Amino acid sequence: MDATVTTQNVSGATVPVPMPMPASKVAARGVNVHYGAKHALKSVDIDIRENQVTAFIGPSGCGKSTFLRCINRMNDTIASCRVTGDLRLDGQDIYDRSVDVVQLRARVGMVFQKANPFPKSIFENVAYGPKIHGLATKRSEFEEIVEKSLRGAGLWEEVKDRLDDPGTGLSGGQQQRLCIARAIAVSPEVILMDEPCSALDPIATAHVEELIDGLKSDYTIVIVTHNMQQAARVSQRTAFFHLGTLVEEDDTAKIFTNPRDERTQGYITGRYG
Amino acid sequence: MNTIFLLCVLLVLSAVGYRMGKASAVGRQNGGTVRLHSLPSYYGYYVALWCGLPALLLVVLWTASSDWIVKSLVVSALPDEIRALPADKLSLVVTDIRNIAAGNIASAAATPAVQAAVDTYLNLAGMARSAMWLVGLAAAMFGLLLARSHVAPSMRARNRVEGIIGAVLIVCSVIAVLTTVGIVLSLVFEAARFFVAIPAADFLFGLTWSPQTAIRADQVGSSGAFGAVPLFTGTLLIATISMLVAVPVGLMSAVYMADYAPARVRSIAKPLLEILAGIPTVVYGFFGALTVAPFVREAGALAGLEVASQSGLAAGLVMGIMIIPFVSSLSDDVINAVPQSMRDASYGLGATRSETIKKVVLPAALPGIAASVILAFSRALGETMIVVMAAGLAANLTANPLNAVTTVTVHIAALLVGDQEFDSPKTLSAFALGLVLFAVTLALNILAMRIVRKYREQYE
Ligand SMILES: Nc1ncnc2c1ncn2[C@@H]1O[C@H](COP(=O)(O)OP(=O)(O)OP(=O)(O)O)[C@@H](O)[C@H]1O
Ligand SMILES: [Mg+2]
Repeated sequence: MDATVTTQNVSGATVPVPMPMPASKVAARGVNVHYGAKHALKSVDIDIRENQVTAFIGPSGCGKSTFLRCINRMNDTIASCRVTGDLRLDGQDIYDRSVDVVQLRARVGMVFQKANPFPKSIFENVAYGPKIHGLATKRSEFEEIVEKSLRGAGLWEEVKDRLDDPGTGLSGGQQQRLCIARAIAVSPEVILMDEPCSALDPIATAHVEELIDGLKSDYTIVIVTHNMQQAARVSQRTAFFHLGTLVEEDDTAKIFTNPRDERTQGYITGRYG
Repeated sequence: MNTIFLLCVLLVLSAVGYRMGKASAVGRQNGGTVRLHSLPSYYGYYVALWCGLPALLLVVLWTASSDWIVKSLVVSALPDEIRALPADKLSLVVTDIRNIAAGNIASAAATPAVQAAVDTYLNLAGMARSAMWLVGLAAAMFGLLLARSHVAPSMRARNRVEGIIGAVLIVCSVIAVLTTVGIVLSLVFEAARFFVAIPAADFLFGLTWSPQTAIRADQVGSSGAFGAVPLFTGTLLIATISMLVAVPVGLMSAVYMADYAPARVRSIAKPLLEILAGIPTVVYGFFGALTVAPFVREAGALAGLEVASQSGLAAGLVMGIMIIPFVSSLSDDVINAVPQSMRDASYGLGATRSETIKKVVLPAALPGIAASVILAFSRALGETMIVVMAAGLAANLTANPLNAVTTVTVHIAALLVGDQEFDSPKTLSAFALGLVLFAVTLALNILAMRIVRKYREQYE
């Protein structure tokens, strides 16, 4: 996918790309998140690189999901949540008043921890996003998008003969890949995945990991995981969160072999024993 | 009064039984050397239940049957010429006897025979009361002593109490079920008597409803027409108008409550909306008759339409308002039951709130919403008071909501109000109408329940 395509948002308006290409797709500076009185994220600075897989690791409750949900403003649906600081997508302030959340979410797709297909047919599940964004009008165009997305999610061969069956009737792993297909059907630039494999068995997990590896040439991917091996296997960059702070972020190989911070060291080795 | 006092005494005895059972269980522990099978209180409950329940049962049975027994005894003691009277005259005499015994005014001056019967009656009634006390207290004491003699550390008091409680619950459910069955059967039998006089086809398909029949043979009057179609259409018309009001308003307010309203607004608005459901229907009836019906008539007059002063439209509108909370609170429940993850998925793809509701939440909740609409409809079919007050009694066969129409329930009420003979087709037709209404509502409720059950399975 070339630069003009990746920066085209759903409404077709081209976002000017400053040259040279920015080093980071998503840039956070001093991002703080409060849930009411609870300070959930404390001054996070990070650059998430384009066309790479970035893994977020850290103990439960450290704010990984919170940060992930800041990037596509899913936190807006939580009344008590307040986000401050500077968070940019392609240099554009995500929390700027002028930003259309609907378009932002079309550019930044999300895959959830628990597969959540709609109780509709497989076809309808994938066509949902394109339909609401008007990406296609004719049935044949939809069919094209659906096939492309399902192929992209590695699910096409398994479901091509039963596109009209309910998406909820698939196996857990297939459902999660269906959700990935649904996310990529709107051609996002960034895909956020919050523990996408936590409900899957090892074989389905391997499937999804393979898929993530293949997707990174077209998309920027952020994945939250509790599985160290998974982070090591799929990501190029790894960020370690602890108690609401981003402790360190570096090349995955470096984090796992030679972390700078002893908390990172402790967390990683603790897991492996 | 008397019975209530006896019941109190039984309660006290049971409490005594509880203490005794508990104390004797503790006492038989031999100072802790023998372990009790259950907690001491279970031995107490065991004795209390054995003391109270059989006695209660006997007292209830006695109260129910003693009146009948006393009456038979009194009647059998009456002189032959009175006993030879026809059944209705005889029952008049019995009523007189009771009235005089109770110190009320009787219909006829007491003859010596009646006076004698009154004395017997008072005598027997007094005996019945004493017998009730005797039987009740004896049963309670017997149960208490028997149960207490059973108390031993090894007795499984806990399991036995559980068994007794289970039995009590079963009896209560059986009473509820039998009552329902009884009501339905009486409906069916009375309706059957009606259909003997009037062919079912005439009733179900006849177009004229005019149930006045000649009471005396020489009376000039119609022989009665029992075509219920005008009532059915009136019922449907009013119920349909009410659904046209209640479904859109109820559904939209449910959507607002579930997905739009901030928590604070929701916490105030939802109970307020549910208060609507608590307003007695007769109050809606005032509102319909005094406010809405005149308003509809005047609005119609302004538009150059002729509107009856009691119109189907007015009744339907008011009934619609009454039913809003049914639709909205049931729909609100099913809309809330749609998992948040469905909404997240939709928002995550960039859908707006209304797109999410239209394309994800409502389709997922549709079966439940359909069920709530069906339940509301069957509620509308069964509503009486509003229609009596706002729509009137005229059984017109019309689809025009501006005319006066009436419903099945209103006619049931009208047919049974006042003095009625229970063998004329006029009165019996009420049972036939009731049966039809019951069958339709039952079918609708079963349908709604099925839909809801299917929908539940979808998410579990
Ligand atoms: N909706 C919310 N309201 C209030 N507090 C919240 C909310 N969501 C998260 N939090 C709090 O914010 C902190 C970070 O939560 P978050 O879900 O981001 O953790 P996480 O790193 O994703 O944990 P896990 O690995 O268990 O998913 C936690 O202390 C949590 O209790
Ligand atoms: Mg999380």
